[in-house]
Amino acid sequence: MSSQITPVKNYVLVFLALIALTIATTLISRVELGEYNFVVALTIAVIKASLVVWFFMHVNHSSSLTRLFVVAGLFWLAIMLVFVMSDYVSRGWLPGPRWR
Amino acid sequence: MDGTDVTIPEHIPELKHHFDDTAQQYESSTLGMWVFLLTEIMFFGGMFGSYTVYRNMYPEAFASTSRFMNVTLGATNTAVLICSSLTMALAVRAARLGAKKKLILFLVFTLILGIVFLSIKYVEYHEKWVDHHIPGPGFHYDLPQYYHQAQILFFLYFAMTGMHALHMIVGAGLLTTLIVMAARNRFNAEWNTPVDMIGLYWHFVDIVWIFLFPLLYLIGNH
Repeated sequence: MSSQITPVKNYVLVFLALIALTIATTLISRVELGEYNFVVALTIAVIKASLVVWFFMHVNHSSSLTRLFVVAGLFWLAIMLVFVMSDYVSRGWLPGPRWR
Repeated sequence: MDGTDVTIPEHIPELKHHFDDTAQQYESSTLGMWVFLLTEIMFFGGMFGSYTVYRNMYPEAFASTSRFMNVTLGATNTAVLICSSLTMALAVRAARLGAKKKLILFLVFTLILGIVFLSIKYVEYHEKWVDHHIPGPGFHYDLPQYYHQAQILFFLYFAMTGMHALHMIVGAGLLTTLIVMAARNRFNAEWNTPVDMIGLYWHFVDIVWIFLFPLLYLIGNH
């Protein structure tokens, strides 16, 4: 049985960090940063998701096998997104019939 | 092996005979739940992928739609879900401590916040209906040059937030089941795996929204 009991304080700190990041991402989105708006918004989302996975989903106390599964899932997601985008982004790089 | 050194563990009704002890049983439950969540990541990943492809094709049209998204309601819903993740984490903690009253209290809080989220979502969907932003024959868009491309974004909006809302409804059902089980004294400090597993599911649904919020509401907000 997993017997690790995290102090309530830790959960509340993670919660406050998540709320602060939500406010930050909403405010930053109102500033014109060009293409960096997208980068900043996604970076903050990744930080928030990591906080939830690490502290709320207890991956910080998980076995190595569970952690390996979590990383494998993200890796497979990365394969899917990178392969899909490498197709769509590279269309039109070579001469020939243009895909529309 | 004569088996004389085998010690018979203390009998716990929830311990299935094919596991050595509750720790092993808990470990395999956690791993199994994560495998399920990985299939969910791939499922939502497909929709996030199509969003990325179309956003890459029609960046201006996609950016133009965010002015019709209700950022205030979206941000409020993000905060509501984060609160519900906190109460869910505290419910799991209470279950591990064997504190029945606290467990039920935090599960009820989580359920209420989930229902608040769905209610706000309903208000947003209703806004879209009134503004004719539902893809289909009745679709209307203020910028005629983006009529078709904006429809793709609104279709993705409804597909992604709709699938997310469906997961919330399933989560609300699971929470109700947990509350009933907790009230019937099914959980104790030694065995509370369902609370733990449904906690993982609830946090996962929160993470999906953490990505949906910036992608659908904040792009082009400036």
